Amino acid sequence: MTLRLGLPSKGRLMEDAFGWFAARGVTLGRSGSDREYAAQSDWDGLEPVLLSAGEIPRELEAGRIHLGVTGSDLVREKVARWEDRVEELAPMGFGAADVVIAVPRFWVDVETLDDLDAACATFRRNHGHRLRIATKYHRLTRDFLRQHGVADYLLVDSQGATEGVVRGETAEAISDITSTGETLRANGLKVLADGVIHQSQATLFLSRLALWNDTEQKTLLRLREQLRLPPK
Amino acid sequence: MTLPAQKSAAKAEAQRLLAHLRALGAEEVEAAILQPAEELLDLYGEDIRARAFVTQDPLRGEMMLRPDFTVPVVRMHMEAGLDPARYAYAGEVFRRQEADDPLRPSEFLQVGFELFGGRDPADADAEVFVSLASALSDLHLRAAMGDIGLILAAVDGLSTTPMRKAALRRHVWRPRRFRALLDRFAGRIPVSEERAALLALADPLADAGPEIGVRTRAEIEARLQQLRDEALAPPLPGEELALIDALLSLAAPVPSALDTLRTLEQDAPGIGPAIYRLERRVEALERRGIDLADVTFEGSFGRTTLEYYDGFVFGLFAAARPELPPVATGGRYDALTRVLGQGRVVPAVGGVIRPELVAQLRGGA
Repeated sequence: MTLRLGLPSKGRLMEDAFGWFAARGVTLGRSGSDREYAAQSDWDGLEPVLLSAGEIPRELEAGRIHLGVTGSDLVREKVARWEDRVEELAPMGFGAADVVIAVPRFWVDVETLDDLDAACATFRRNHGHRLRIATKYHRLTRDFLRQHGVADYLLVDSQGATEGVVRGETAEAISDITSTGETLRANGLKVLADGVIHQSQATLFLSRLALWNDTEQKTLLRLREQLRLPPK
Repeated sequence: MTLPAQKSAAKAEAQRLLAHLRALGAEEVEAAILQPAEELLDLYGEDIRARAFVTQDPLRGEMMLRPDFTVPVVRMHMEAGLDPARYAYAGEVFRRQEADDPLRPSEFLQVGFELFGGRDPADADAEVFVSLASALSDLHLRAAMGDIGLILAAVDGLSTTPMRKAALRRHVWRPRRFRALLDRFAGRIPVSEERAALLALADPLADAGPEIGVRTRAEIEARLQQLRDEALAPPLPGEELALIDALLSLAAPVPSALDTLRTLEQDAPGIGPAIYRLERRVEALERRGIDLADVTFEGSFGRTTLEYYDGFVFGLFAAARPELPPVATGGRYDALTRVLGQGRVVPAVGGVIRPELVAQLRGGA
């Protein structure tokens, strides 16, 4: 009968999530000290669980939490066929950032995916290996490039400081998340005109695979009203 | 999940098919389940990662569970085999599936036949087709065929720049991109204002930002020159576009498809040699007893597979079960031998059957 709600366990994302619920009359807060990852709620039937934002998609997919707040980019990246497994209940209006394909600004001949594909073809001929794109968004990037018919590239994994890989010559282009684009610019990179893969923001998700008995359904209905979400 | 009874029926079917191919003169070969990922990635590109299981070997690095037998069999032949050679194999292949669809299993059996170095390519094509079809004749499958070589010949015959032809050839297997390129080359998509302004600059690289990365200034300048040439190249004539469209949308029984192709040839002599090869193949199939009136020729057949086919392509389908994947597929892949043979090219054609589907059709399931 209680709905387990997964929330990001620290930082700005956690504060903003708490704020979003508070604005709708649901007070969430950390219990105990700052170092303790436990949370409480004053709303009857809701049990907040603090998790790393990156783990929330997995917990939703496994059905161990009923609801979860995380970036829409992470759900698309980590959950295969995400639309069958989770439902987007509400975009929350914070944590906005775009997953984009970026190349050196110095590549004046590459403005679109079409140009990137052409550059990939000659690059492979000239250098004997495929043009490398560094990313932690493997699924999103691969699906996007396949959809747009870009060939002859290679994804290389980069879990952090991705903007620096071109200068470090471990990749020729990147696919990464950016909010203002400032870090990209500072690293001599530009976003392709049609290179926005996904416009991400913090989103309240529902797990279709969690246990949804009558009582959970009723609690959800009540919560939807409380949060002023449109009825299903 | 496959039930044990179904699994053993499929395995028995695989052995029967293998025996059939051996009786036709094929030598049985094996391939390791773990294949080096690098070679497959190099051949197929990043798309293979979405379709094959990748795993890590502590010493040999990234490995893939074999997504098919063709690549290891070609490698084996190119390293040690004498032409001509006929190989047969049976075993599991593994494909990643994102959809939870029982018709798209992630592990299934494949029985295959590969023919290297047949002296007469038309006859080799026909031999492979008939070897597989004769193993399945009691199932009354619907046959379809196509010819990637015909599409490539049509592209080569366009009255346009070598650069445009190379771009189209590269994307024959990506229909959406191929279409976008045709539209652009036909002048249906105008050059953007930004691009026109860039090309008009005396030094487009003047304010370009730091020169970082492996791609050099010379490469960028070379592409800019290509773009200037491209902007001056005349648009593809409408009648040539119409020819490509007619070719790709062709779907008819082989005899009437051949008539259509001969009509198309009058305006596009470039496809003549490819039509000639198709006619020889059709004759070879007839000599081997295939009634081509029952076979459909599809202009776009084989364009969306991951395979390396560059000539004859075919498939056998359960007509009454259109939801099933093809029971057998195959084709010619001379280009693959060039890549894996380090310069040496051996004409090669082959095909595979899926025993699970055969067992299912036999069992009436």
